[in-house]
Amino acid sequence: MNDSVVGAAVGWLVDPANWSGTGSIPVRLWQHVWISGLAVLIASAVALPVALVLGHLGRGGALASTVANLGRAVPTLAVLVLLVLSPEPFGIRNVVTCTVVALVLFAVPPILTNAYAGIRAVDADLVEAARGMGLTGPQVLFRVELPLAVPLVVAGLRIATAQVIATATIAAIIAGPGLGRFITAGFGNQDTAQLIGGAFLVATFAVVVEVAFQLLQRRLTPARSSRTTVDPVLAPLPVDTRQPDLTGF
Amino acid sequence: MSWSVHATSVAESCLQRNAWVCPAYVRTRSDILLEALVEHVWLTFGAVALGLVVALPLGVLASRSQLVETGASSIATVLYTIPSLAMFPLLLAVGLPFGPSIVVVGLAIYTLGILLRNIVVGLRGVPEDTLDAATGMGLSARRRLWSVELPLALPAILAGVRIATVSTVALVTVGGLFGFGGLGNRIITGQQTRFNAEVLTATAMVVVLALVLDGLLLLLERRVTPWARGRAA
Repeated sequence: MNDSVVGAAVGWLVDPANWSGTGSIPVRLWQHVWISGLAVLIASAVALPVALVLGHLGRGGALASTVANLGRAVPTLAVLVLLVLSPEPFGIRNVVTCTVVALVLFAVPPILTNAYAGIRAVDADLVEAARGMGLTGPQVLFRVELPLAVPLVVAGLRIATAQVIATATIAAIIAGPGLGRFITAGFGNQDTAQLIGGAFLVATFAVVVEVAFQLLQRRLTPARSSRTTVDPVLAPLPVDTRQPDLTGF
Repeated sequence: MSWSVHATSVAESCLQRNAWVCPAYVRTRSDILLEALVEHVWLTFGAVALGLVVALPLGVLASRSQLVETGASSIATVLYTIPSLAMFPLLLAVGLPFGPSIVVVGLAIYTLGILLRNIVVGLRGVPEDTLDAATGMGLSARRRLWSVELPLALPAILAGVRIATVSTVALVTVGGLFGFGGLGNRIITGQQTRFNAEVLTATAMVVVLALVLDGLLLLLERRVTPWARGRAA
């Protein structure tokens, strides 16, 4: 532990001057919260219907796995920079638009793959029984498949949110909104206190949101253990290693 | 600039136009790009190798103890959610010197979750009969681990290495803010100077590098599972 660095960072964190005015900690935190929330909302609105329909029809497994693999291989930083160098409606004058678009792009894969996997994982006998009882396609989806898929849908939202919070931090490199700005400013001005203090804020925020989501997920997962989640970032386990990852979908 | 119809002037003009795709850029800056690529590969390799060195013993312990597994994997999951841009400076606070090591160690931490999980799955997947046979043949616990269990777990472990490598290649770019990002350095410089070709070329190289390493590791995975070859579709 580097005591002088930690001491300086704590000093920065408790300095009242950093807690009021434009560009202060509460302002940046609020920017981070709303931009992340907005991105997850938009990504859900796009990805969930697609995942539910594809999962219900049992089609598009290849699409889900391709999207997940792409999301992992493409650097978030590169997408942010490419957007900020692009012409209107993007570009440096529309940093917020660039940030939201990049966040949405990286939030879609985990939401899509997990919701898809959740629907596909529903016991085929149950679906068969529901059909036998005379339920229509949409009724089967909304009354049987979706309720059973909720834990995985939430897992997807949790992973997407973590991804979004991390990407929103990186957006500071293109002068985007959010807590990451303390890190870039701290590094740029060789202000170690701000650099470390900002990093601490970002990490705390990300971990708090993650833990809250994990608790929510646990509450929504009935009796079965919480280990049934499929996590495309922390790996959908290709136990059958003859095949590329995510083939379980 | 006159309107001379030289082959070079047409090529150079993509630099003047600040075109996204510019062969002249790639040709004239190939040494810088190559240097960035090599740094990128080393940072990736260092992070995944360090991750493996930590995850292997931990994974062996975790495969034998539910307590260790739960503890280690929940810590890894929480660490995984710390954004990389924050992780690197935080490592300075815990005493690491400013240098490429913050990127290597930071990214190694992210590989722990996936590596640990695959090592545990691989080791737990070794059939009980095989273990009994090995013990019956008089193998010590250590010999059994090295010559029976780990080789049989290797496909699962390599599958984890493959996923970890692909995501590390993408994440290395963030180190560019601190000057240790391989091709990420080019992306950041390209943004600061608004040099489109530099950004797009470096980005394309990152994605291609990820795909190439993914393919190579997949080949390696197939190679170490000769018994699966006959069954492969």
